[in-house]
Amino acid sequence: MGCGTSCSTKDRKSEKVFISHGSAALKAALIIQNWYRGYSARLKARQRYALTIFQSIEYADEQGQLQLSKFFSFMLENYTHIHEKDPELVARLFGSTLQDCKDRQEYVSCIDVPDSYNGPRLQFPLTFTDIDILLEAFKQQQILHAHYVLEVLFETKKVLKQMPNFTHVKTSPSKEITICGDLHGKLDDLFLIFYKNGLPSGSNSYIFNGDFVDRGKHSMEILMILFVSFLVYPNDLHLNRGNHEDFMMNLRYGFTKEILHKYKMHGKKILQILEDVYTWLPIGTIIDNEILIIHGGISESTDLNLLHRIERNKMKSVLMPPIPLDEDHDTDLKTKVGATIIPREVKTNGSLSEQLTKHEWEQVINILWSDPRGKRGCYPNKSRGGGCYFGPDITSKVLNKYQLKMLIRSHECKPEGYEICHGGKVVTVFSASNYYEEGSNRGAYIKLCCDMTPRFFQYQVTRTTCSRPLYQRVNAIESSAIRILKERMISRKTALIRAFQLQDHSKSGKLSMAQWAFSMENILGLDLPWRSLSSHLVTTDKNGNINYMSSFQDIHIQKPVKEAQSTLIETLYRYRSDLQIIFNVIDTDHSGLISMEEFRAMWKLFSSHYSIPIDDFQVDELAERMDLNKDGSIDFNEFLKAFYVVHKLDKLSKSDSNLP
Amino acid sequence: IIASEYHKKIKDAFEVFDHEANNTVDVREIGTIIRSLGCCPSEGELHDLIAEVEEEEPTGYIRFEKFLPVMTEVLLERRYRPIPEDTLLRAFEVLDPSKRGFLTKEELIKYMTEEGEPFSQEEMEEMLSAAIDPESNSIHYKDYIAMMVVDDS
Repeated sequence: MGCGTSCSTKDRKSEKVFISHGSAALKAALIIQNWYRGYSARLKARQRYALTIFQSIEYADEQGQLQLSKFFSFMLENYTHIHEKDPELVARLFGSTLQDCKDRQEYVSCIDVPDSYNGPRLQFPLTFTDIDILLEAFKQQQILHAHYVLEVLFETKKVLKQMPNFTHVKTSPSKEITICGDLHGKLDDLFLIFYKNGLPSGSNSYIFNGDFVDRGKHSMEILMILFVSFLVYPNDLHLNRGNHEDFMMNLRYGFTKEILHKYKMHGKKILQILEDVYTWLPIGTIIDNEILIIHGGISESTDLNLLHRIERNKMKSVLMPPIPLDEDHDTDLKTKVGATIIPREVKTNGSLSEQLTKHEWEQVINILWSDPRGKRGCYPNKSRGGGCYFGPDITSKVLNKYQLKMLIRSHECKPEGYEICHGGKVVTVFSASNYYEEGSNRGAYIKLCCDMTPRFFQYQVTRTTCSRPLYQRVNAIESSAIRILKERMISRKTALIRAFQLQDHSKSGKLSMAQWAFSMENILGLDLPWRSLSSHLVTTDKNGNINYMSSFQDIHIQKPVKEAQSTLIETLYRYRSDLQIIFNVIDTDHSGLISMEEFRAMWKLFSSHYSIPIDDFQVDELAERMDLNKDGSIDFNEFLKAFYVVHKLDKLSKSDSNLP
Repeated sequence: IIASEYHKKIKDAFEVFDHEANNTVDVREIGTIIRSLGCCPSEGELHDLIAEVEEEEPTGYIRFEKFLPVMTEVLLERRYRPIPEDTLLRAFEVLDPSKRGFLTKEELIKYMTEEGEPFSQEEMEEMLSAAIDPESNSIHYKDYIAMMVVDDS
């Protein structure tokens, strides 16, 4: 750690220029080094803070997602009330569309690939040539035609159905296996992995540990490459289901939008088949009977034997828990809504035989959502709202129970692309570099072979050939993180101001740092280093007190209609992601339109479940104002897009990046 | 009151590096944490501080319970104050006796990696990436300092 000479503060203050050049140079060098190390450390800390912000908000969003799933359960359980008001709505929501997608011939053959199509053409049965064709095409930014997408999906489902819940794999000295974590639609990372590590083949095995889709812009391309590779090498390319291989997550986190945008009218069919394909993805892989590979983690009650046995395809969406249906309830469903409207295979949750038991369902949730932590024991995962936090004692207990040595999982973004914890028994591998923002983190993959220690390979995709200096990268991710944090603040402005004012007894508009930090943490529900972040969010006076209203001065939510009330706008902005999902679910023909009655019914249910104190008629009025062509239907994408945050100090006005 | 605010500040900074959420951080990150709190210890001073907060038998991890009191003292005593801008400027000027207004890349590398508490290769590359003017392959230190000071505040 440098040579032994230390420079005391006294020396620094009274430095003189000595005649001997050497000694002065030494002192000068020390000063510069000291300053630089301090500066560099502060940069790295800022980078960490930014990552903490991104991560907290990401997990808080996942919590929001769980809340939404409870809302759907609530709707299901109260179907009678909905039914009375609108029988068609019930049918739309809970009716089956699975009947439609059974016949493959009908789908694939009725979509022609025109001669004018310049994109990649696949030939079934697929061979390694098709993998090359796809890779080349995607490098040229081409899109695979819906006809081929559907064929690939059907074939993949057929082959996946034959796979067990856990694939058992053996390695040998000549056959290593490579394990990749979350890719999240980041195609460049997959290209980089294949470039560094070679394409999948009979002698180059891969495991992709879930979360192939959502967030990034090329989820479809990644999925196609992985599925095609799987079809060519079903015994050497292994796919595990992640928490994002779930149609409800896709609705919020971007994949559904990507599909509808790239495939337009064929998108609906693709979405329907995809829902099904997801449920057939295996739960995990076990290597050499020693290493367990699953997406999230474990809990103290993880029962691998049970997990080997369950009918995994009954897990439609991890966010739609099985509803307790007894005999009477079941009959009720049929008689009230009519046997013809709801056939036995209900889209969401139906009769008992179509669901997992609550116990089985929880087992799967824990596998897909849990995170390891240093604290001993097993307790609910508060930040995500699903799965649990498991400690090193839980890891030891579960691994010992099944005579396993290690757990490899993904699910969490790590700055170095991987992280080892629990005394080496748990490894996290994450393969999407620059996940939150360019420069936020590296990606990594693991190479394993029997009896050898795992080897880790890291990388980072950069858009330009020479990466920017550290301070520029840190500035970029820091301003991006602060931006989304401010957007979150403004979506809870009313509650925040109320909390601030409650503490501001003298009505001075100022609070102490401690008071301000307390309210921020309480209202926003984010565990962040508020004191360190305060300089980015508020102004302080010369006594160090916070001017709490200053956060809201340079930012506001754009009002889609002049007369609309601020609190209404704020509420709609806050719940816009949830509303988008609900509307997407109602809009079964994916037209982008819902009727005014549907909108009203949905809003009433939503606001009562979420206890939102907004007058129904205000929302009505707003919706009517926005029904621009007065035909009684609302283009809900337009409706929701209208709520965006304006950052007044932006030179280029950027609409908020939070919409999936 | 001041001490408790310092406690919170120290806790915030510590937690951001506490990956397993078990109140420990890797000893290699302690320097970053201390510096992020605004202090500028030299490498030698840092070494001494680490010795104070380490376990009897060094485990490679530092526990928060040991770190907090030591760090609070450091902040209360205002130890390891940061270098003022003009001191920094004069240091560069000492290395540039002919007053050209810049240092060549080779000169900077020589001083930073051979004198004082030498930089590692990674530190040197990092500094160069931001400091160097690619056309002249030199560091115009006055501009560089001005830019860094703004960024750091």
